[in-house]
Amino acid sequence: MIEFHLDTRSGVAPYLQIVQQVRRALKLGLLREGDQLPTVKEVVGRIAINPNTVLKAYRELEHDGLVAARPGVGTFVTRTLSDPSLAAHGPLRQDLGRWLDKARRAGLDDESIEALFRDTFRSAREEGVA
Amino acid sequence: MSAVIDAQGLGKRYGRKWALTDCTIEIPAGHVVGLVGPNGAGKSTLLNLAVGLLAPTAGTIEVLGDEPAGSPEGLGRVGFVAQDTPTYSGLSVADHLRLGAHLNPTWDQGAAESRIDQLGLDPDQKAGKLSGGQRAQLALTLAVAKRPELLILDEPVASLDPLARREFLQILMETVAEQEVSVVLSSHLVADLERVCDYLVVLVASRVQIAGPVDDLLAEHRRLIGARRDTDALPANQEVIESSHTERQSTFLIRTTDPIFDPAWTVEEVGLEDLVLGYMGQAASAARNERSTLRLHS
Repeated sequence: MIEFHLDTRSGVAPYLQIVQQVRRALKLGLLREGDQLPTVKEVVGRIAINPNTVLKAYRELEHDGLVAARPGVGTFVTRTLSDPSLAAHGPLRQDLGRWLDKARRAGLDDESIEALFRDTFRSAREEGVA
Repeated sequence: MSAVIDAQGLGKRYGRKWALTDCTIEIPAGHVVGLVGPNGAGKSTLLNLAVGLLAPTAGTIEVLGDEPAGSPEGLGRVGFVAQDTPTYSGLSVADHLRLGAHLNPTWDQGAAESRIDQLGLDPDQKAGKLSGGQRAQLALTLAVAKRPELLILDEPVASLDPLARREFLQILMETVAEQEVSVVLSSHLVADLERVCDYLVVLVASRVQIAGPVDDLLAEHRRLIGARRDTDALPANQEVIESSHTERQSTFLIRTTDPIFDPAWTVEEVGLEDLVLGYMGQAASAARNERSTLRLHS
C-alpha cells in the first residue's frame, strides 16, 4: 500500500501533493489496478492532516477515473497510468546528462542551471498553450 | 450551514481592561477551524466565553445555537481542552476516565480505554508523572470520549515538542475522521494549522481580520513583485493587505478574485503563514496609526 508524505515548504496545496503522489505511483507501476488506497483515517493518523484534504484528493482522483470508492470498503485503483513513454526515459535522461555536462563546462552553477531550465520550461509551455 | 459559534458585539472586561471588545464572528459547522492571532488578541477570552467559563460583559455569544453551558445537555455537546491541557496530577489515568464517566451522560468508556491503550499510557500512572505530550493526549481523550459535537482547544500544542505535537495532531485528525465533530483550535503555530485546518480566522486586537475556508483564502491572495509603484496605483479590485518598498522595488500582498494581467508584476502564490502575518501586520500598523492620531489630538 502507498504511504503519503507532506512537504509543507513546497508551496503545493496538500491535497494536490496526495494527488501527485498517487499519479506518480501509478506511472511508476508502484500502484496497480485493484490496489487499495489507505483509508482517510489511516492517512490522517499518519501525516496529521485534515480529513477533508484527503477526501478532496480522492475525489479528484475519482473524477479523473483513476480510482473508485466502494462505500464501506475503501478506495481502489481502477486504472493504471503505465506510461508508454517510459521506454524513452533512458535516452532522454542521457541527453539531459550530456546537456548538464555542457552547461557546467560553460561555467553555469546549479542555481543558473535551474533558473535556465525553469525559464525555458515555462516559456515552452506557454508557447504550447498559445 | 449553521454556526457552531456565533458572537455579536461580544466583549469581556477585567476591571478596567478590556480583553475582548466588539467581537463579531460566525464560525460554521463541519470544519477544523484555526483561530490565530498575536498574544493578547483575545483568543483565549473568546474560547472561554464560548465554553461558558466566562460571562460576557457586552454583546452575545451562542454555541451550537444555545447559550454557552446553558444546560446539562448543552455542556455535553461541547468538549473543551483548556490552555496547557490541565489534568488532576494526583489522579491516575484510570481515575480520569472514571471521573469522565461519572460526569458525562454521553461518555464512551470503550473508546476512551482503547485510545489510552493505543497511546501506550499506563492506566495506573498518576497524571502528574506523565510527560507534557501524554498529559495533552489524556486531556484530548477526555474531551473526545464525551462525544461532543464541538471540540474547542485552546493552544493545545504550544508547549509540546515537535514529536508530541505531531502525535497530538494525528490523534485529533483521526478523531475528526471518525466522528462528525467540528473543531475550533487556537494556535500561533501556523505550520501546524496549515496541515490540519480547513478554515481560518485571524483575530487581532479583538477584531476578525479575515475568516474563510483555507483553500479560498489561498486562492484569493497573491504576492506582486515589480518596479516601485504607489499603493494607490493598483486597480480597485486588488485590495492591498501589505506593502513594502525599496528605492526601486515594490512588493504587495493583495486580495483579489480576478486574474492579474499586468505583465509588469511577478505574481506569486502565498502560503498560509505569509497570509496570516500579512493580516497581523496590517492590523498592527492600523493600531499604531490610531495611537499616534490619539496622541496628536490629546
